[in-house]
Amino acid sequence: MFKDIEHLVRLAAVIAIALIAFVTLRALVVPHSFGQYGHYRGDAIAEIAARPVAFAGHDTCEVCHTDVVEQKKQGKHVVVPCEACHGAQAKHADDPASLKPPKLDTAVVCTRCHEANSAKPKGFPQVATAEHSGGLACDTCHQPHRPKIETAAETKPATEGKK
Amino acid sequence: MDITRRRLLILLPAAAVAWKYVQAGTPEAAPNYKMTEHWWSMLIDIPKCIGCGSCVRACAEENDVPEGYYRTWIERYHVADWKIERPDVTSPDGGKQGFPPNEIGGKNFFVPKLCNHCADSPCTQVCPVGATFVSPDGVVLVDKSYCLGCRYCVQACPYGCRFINPKTSTAEKCTLCYHRITKGLTTACCEVCPTGARQLADLKNPKDPIHEFLRTHTVQVLKPHMATGAKVFYNGMDGSVR
Repeated sequence: MFKDIEHLVRLAAVIAIALIAFVTLRALVVPHSFGQYGHYRGDAIAEIAARPVAFAGHDTCEVCHTDVVEQKKQGKHVVVPCEACHGAQAKHADDPASLKPPKLDTAVVCTRCHEANSAKPKGFPQVATAEHSGGLACDTCHQPHRPKIETAAETKPATEGKK
Repeated sequence: MDITRRRLLILLPAAAVAWKYVQAGTPEAAPNYKMTEHWWSMLIDIPKCIGCGSCVRACAEENDVPEGYYRTWIERYHVADWKIERPDVTSPDGGKQGFPPNEIGGKNFFVPKLCNHCADSPCTQVCPVGATFVSPDGVVLVDKSYCLGCRYCVQACPYGCRFINPKTSTAEKCTLCYHRITKGLTTACCEVCPTGARQLADLKNPKDPIHEFLRTHTVQVLKPHMATGAKVFYNGMDGSVR
């Protein structure tokens, strides 16, 4: 039927070789996980998730520092997570003995939240530190974990809730 | 069927394509975490934000964010009397060191901002190489080993949440602390927020308090007219917020 099909066979061979070369090259160049979930490298998700954690989370802190938890329960700072003031402590949590968190300067730490600012919610306790304490460290008078200064008459049993 | 040369030539490319799928294999399952069971979002309660900057500092420390760049930041809004369309917005150092005392009249409040982890995100759609994507659990991520640093996504984000990391020259953004939430922790910013103004929420978890909150509060997303499917919900947000 086809007398001179040799040139067609050659053409087909060239196309086939080009196709195989393309598919092979593509398989080599495109990462294996590309397209696993969508038009991106699926392995990237696991790589991003593998990053180490810097903040341990207050649940971790509370496993050991039960005394502080009890103190905080008696005041309004019960809602403040540990690392809001103490900073990232995952390394301390991994190795509590050798890596001790530094003592905080309350004159700096407390003012981050409690320095008066007209944009802060009205109900939030704020002071102009210059007038209130004149730059004195806040823990001179306040106990940071239970900051309300209570007179002897006001002091309630430890079981009482906040304020 | 006899294998002739012609048939072989036809079969080979087909086999190569099939082999590629065999090699891709099944997805590696992370222990105790199934991506399909989550759809992450965040709730920001503006009336609770005190502008302390804890979230900005924590984010920078947790994620090694370069100095002068922010994956999350706080804006201080000042709306003078009736000028709702022209708010005065300041964000010194992204609010990292808090805000200087400022006793002025009018309406004043803080707005924490971060990537909205849009379900229909404009930034992922413009990436020419597939380096940024919405993960199956609804987090917009950047594959930094695949990113070219072309900046299309930086321009495409209507919220200004992306930047080019000066060290790696690749696009960077909030990952919603993906390395934390997949381990059962909350994000660094939510972890340190002293007033609970930020809360991580899982929309696929029927027990998450977000559902009750969204039902019972007046909640808004940023730039809803852009139909980005933003998943950071703001409670008590003033109309002046952009």
